[in-house]
Amino acid sequence: MIAEAGLAALWLAAALAALQLALACGFGGEQGKSIRAVRAVAVTQGLVTLIAFAALVELFLHSDMSVLLVAENSHSQKPWLYKFAGTWGNHEGSMLLWVTVLALAGAIVALFERRLDHKTLGASLGAQALLALGFFAFLLIASNPFERLDPAPLDGRGLNPLLQDPGLAFHPPTLYLGYVGLSVAFSLAVGGLIRGNVGPAIARAMRPWILAAWVLLTLGITAGSYWAYYELGWGGWWFWDPVENASLMPWLAATALLHSVNVLAARGGLRAWTMMLALVAFSMSMIGTFLVRSGILTSVHSFAVDPLRGTFILALLALYIGAALALFGLRIAHVKEGAPFEIVSREGGLVANNLLLSVILGIVFVGTLYPLVAEALSGDKLSVGPPYFNSVASPLALVLAALMLVGPQLKWRRDAKPVLPRVAPGLLVAAAVLIATVLLAPNIGLLPRFGLAIGAALLPASLLPLIGRSLRRTPLAIWGMVLAHTGVAVAILGMASDSAFTQEKLTAVRPGERVAVGPWLVEFRDVLPIAGPNWTALDAELRASRGTGVTVLNPQSRYFAEPPTTTNEAAIDTSWNGQLYAVLGEPTDQGRWQLRLWWKPFVTLIWLGGFLIAFGGALALAGRVFRRRPQGFYRTGPFV
Amino acid sequence: MNRSLRFLPLLVLLAFVGAVAWRLSSPADEKIESKMIGRTIPAFALAPAVPGKAGLSSKDLGSGKPRMINVFASWCVPCIAEAPLLAELKAKGIPIDAIAVRDRPADVAEFLAQRGDPFERIGADPESRAQLALGSSGVPETFIVDGAGIIRYQHMGPIEPDDLPVLVAQWEAAK
Repeated sequence: MIAEAGLAALWLAAALAALQLALACGFGGEQGKSIRAVRAVAVTQGLVTLIAFAALVELFLHSDMSVLLVAENSHSQKPWLYKFAGTWGNHEGSMLLWVTVLALAGAIVALFERRLDHKTLGASLGAQALLALGFFAFLLIASNPFERLDPAPLDGRGLNPLLQDPGLAFHPPTLYLGYVGLSVAFSLAVGGLIRGNVGPAIARAMRPWILAAWVLLTLGITAGSYWAYYELGWGGWWFWDPVENASLMPWLAATALLHSVNVLAARGGLRAWTMMLALVAFSMSMIGTFLVRSGILTSVHSFAVDPLRGTFILALLALYIGAALALFGLRIAHVKEGAPFEIVSREGGLVANNLLLSVILGIVFVGTLYPLVAEALSGDKLSVGPPYFNSVASPLALVLAALMLVGPQLKWRRDAKPVLPRVAPGLLVAAAVLIATVLLAPNIGLLPRFGLAIGAALLPASLLPLIGRSLRRTPLAIWGMVLAHTGVAVAILGMASDSAFTQEKLTAVRPGERVAVGPWLVEFRDVLPIAGPNWTALDAELRASRGTGVTVLNPQSRYFAEPPTTTNEAAIDTSWNGQLYAVLGEPTDQGRWQLRLWWKPFVTLIWLGGFLIAFGGALALAGRVFRRRPQGFYRTGPFV
Repeated sequence: MNRSLRFLPLLVLLAFVGAVAWRLSSPADEKIESKMIGRTIPAFALAPAVPGKAGLSSKDLGSGKPRMINVFASWCVPCIAEAPLLAELKAKGIPIDAIAVRDRPADVAEFLAQRGDPFERIGADPESRAQLALGSSGVPETFIVDGAGIIRYQHMGPIEPDDLPVLVAQWEAAK
C-alpha cells in the first residue's frame, strides 16, 4: 500500500513538473503574470516528491520485503540506522533522493526568491521543472524504486558491509544536496540567458545557493575522504578514483563560481564567465552522477551497472547540458560586459583564481576520462593513477594557494599601492619554513616541502584581510572568507605533513612481539574472536606506547554473513600531533599475523581544514541570508 | 568572450557524449587475455592432496599427450557448480589433473566424495605457489597443457555449459 502510494506520488510530481514547465513557457497566460501559479506548482511538486521519498524510507525502516528494492538491499537484522541509510545505499533510492532534493530546491527558490524580476524567475523555474521532469522520467521508466516482488522473500539480501558505517548515513545525502543545490545556479543562469538579464541581480540570487551547495560538497568530500581513510584500511585519504573525481569536479567548478559570482554581484564584471561556470558546475554534477551510475569507469566504488540506465542518463545530460551550452553560445554575445578592471586588483586576483581552478578541473576531467578515450581510439586498456594527478594538479593547487597570500587583500578595480608589504608576513614565514625543512628534513619531496612552506605562510596571510577592520562590524562574509582560507592553509599543512613524514611498517608478528613505528612502540598482544550485531570478527589487541601511558588499539577483521563479506576495520589512535593507524591482515604460517602500522604526523589537519573551509562557507552563507538589507532593496515579500 | 570560443564548451560536451556513447554501445570486452599461453609450464612438484591419490608435478605434464589442469579448492563455491561439467569433460576422454589450493586433505576428500572425482592426480598447493606460478589469480581456473608441456589455454572462473565446446576444441587443438 505504501509502495503504491509512493509510486502514485512520484507520477503526480512528474505531472506537476510538466505543468510547471508549461506555465513557465507561457501556456497559462503571460509569463510575468503566471508567476504565482508557477510558484504554487513548484512548491506542491517539491512536497509531493518529498512524500514519495518518505514512503521509500518507511518501506526500508519496516523491512517490507515485498518491495524488490528493499529485498535486494536490506535485511531485517540490520541496525536501525543502516535500514534508514539503506534507502539511498542503492541505485533507485539514491536517484529518488537526487530528484527529491532537486524538486525541494525548486520549491525553496519559488517560495523565497523575491528579488529577481518575475520573467527571469519564471524562466528559471521552468528550467528547474524541465530538469526535474527528465529525472522523474528516468525513475518511472528505468529505475522504479517501488517495484513489488511476488512472492515476497522471507528476508533481504543485505547491504554491502563496507557501507554499514555511520559515515554512510550522511555522506551520500550531503554530496547529493551539494550536487543538486548547484542545479539552482544552473537554472538561474538559463533563465538569465533566456531573458537576456545577466547582471548583479542574478548573481545575488545565485550566491546563497552556490555557497550552500559548496559548503555541502566540501563537507561531503571531507567526510568521504575520512570514511575511505578509516574504512578501506589502506592508510590513504585520497585515491583519485573516478568516483572521488566525480565529486571533486563539481566542487572545483563551484569553488571557481563562488569567487567569480562575487565579481558579478559586486562589480557587474565577469558576466559571461560566471554564467559559463554556473552551467559547468551543475553539468559536472550530472556528469559525475552519470559516471557513478552508469558504471562506465572502473572504480573501487561499485554500483548497480545497467547499460539502459547509463544510456538514459547520458541522453538526459546531453540534452540538458547541450541545450544550455547552445543557449550560452547563442545569447552570450548580447550580454554586456561589466566595469573594466586592471590586472592588479581584486577582480584580477579572482580571475587568476578562476583560471587556475578551471585548469585543475580540466586536468581532473581529462585524467578521469582519458582511459575511456584511449580505449575508444587505440583499444588499449589503461588507467590514469595518482602519479598523473599528483604531479600535474598539485603544483597548480600550490600556485593557487600562493596567490591566496595576496589576492584577498587587493582592492576592487585598481590597486595602486605596493603589494610587497602586504605579502611580506607570508613570504617571511614561507622562507623560514623552507629553510627549516631543508635543514631538518633534507630528504622530503619538493611538493611536500613547498606545501609545508605555503601552508604555513597562508596561516597568517589568511588573517590579514581583518587588519584595519573593526572586528565587531566586519561582515560575516569576510569572517567566512578568512576562516575558509585558514582552512585551506590547515588542510595543505596536513596533506604535506602526511606525504612528507608518514612512516609505515608491514610486519608478520606473533603474540608478545613488539614493533616500532615512528615514536611508537607497539606490542601485539593477542587475537580473539568477538561478535557484533550482524558480524563476527577477529579482534587484535595492540598496546601502543611512546614514553608515558599505554593506548590500546583493536584492529579487526570482520566477517559479515549477509551478504558474506570480510572487511578490515582499522584501529586509529588520534593524538594532537598525528594518528597511529593499525590494520590486522591475514594469519600467516607459524602463528604469525600480518600487521600493518602507520604513524601519520598531523594527518588530521587535512579533515580539520576541510571542516574549517565548510564552516567558513556556512558563516558567509549566514551573512548573505540574514544580512539586513538597505530599505527598498527588494520587492515586497515574506522577509521584508 | 571571444566569438569563436562561444561554442567551444558545446564542442567539448559533444566529444564527451560521443566517446561515452561509443563506450556504452560497444560493451567492454571483459575477457582478460592470458599471458601464460604459449609458455612452458613452470616447474613445480606438489605433494598429494588426498591420501591414496598421486600428487602433481610439472614433470607429469608434457608427456606426449595434452592434459587439463583444474585449479580448485574445497572451500570454493563456484567449484561445486563446475564439478558436474568437469565430469562431462572426463567422460569425453580428456585426462584432468588438479591443484587444490590452500586446502586440507580431509576437506578435499569430503569435497570429492560429495561432488565427484574426475581427477587423475591432485597436488596440494597450501600456499598458492604453484597457482601463482601458473598465472592463476583465483579459483576455479582451468588450463590445457599440450604434449610438450606448453600452456595452450587458460579458462578463468567456473566452467559453464557454454564453455564445454570451447574447452573440448582447445583440447583437440592441443593434440
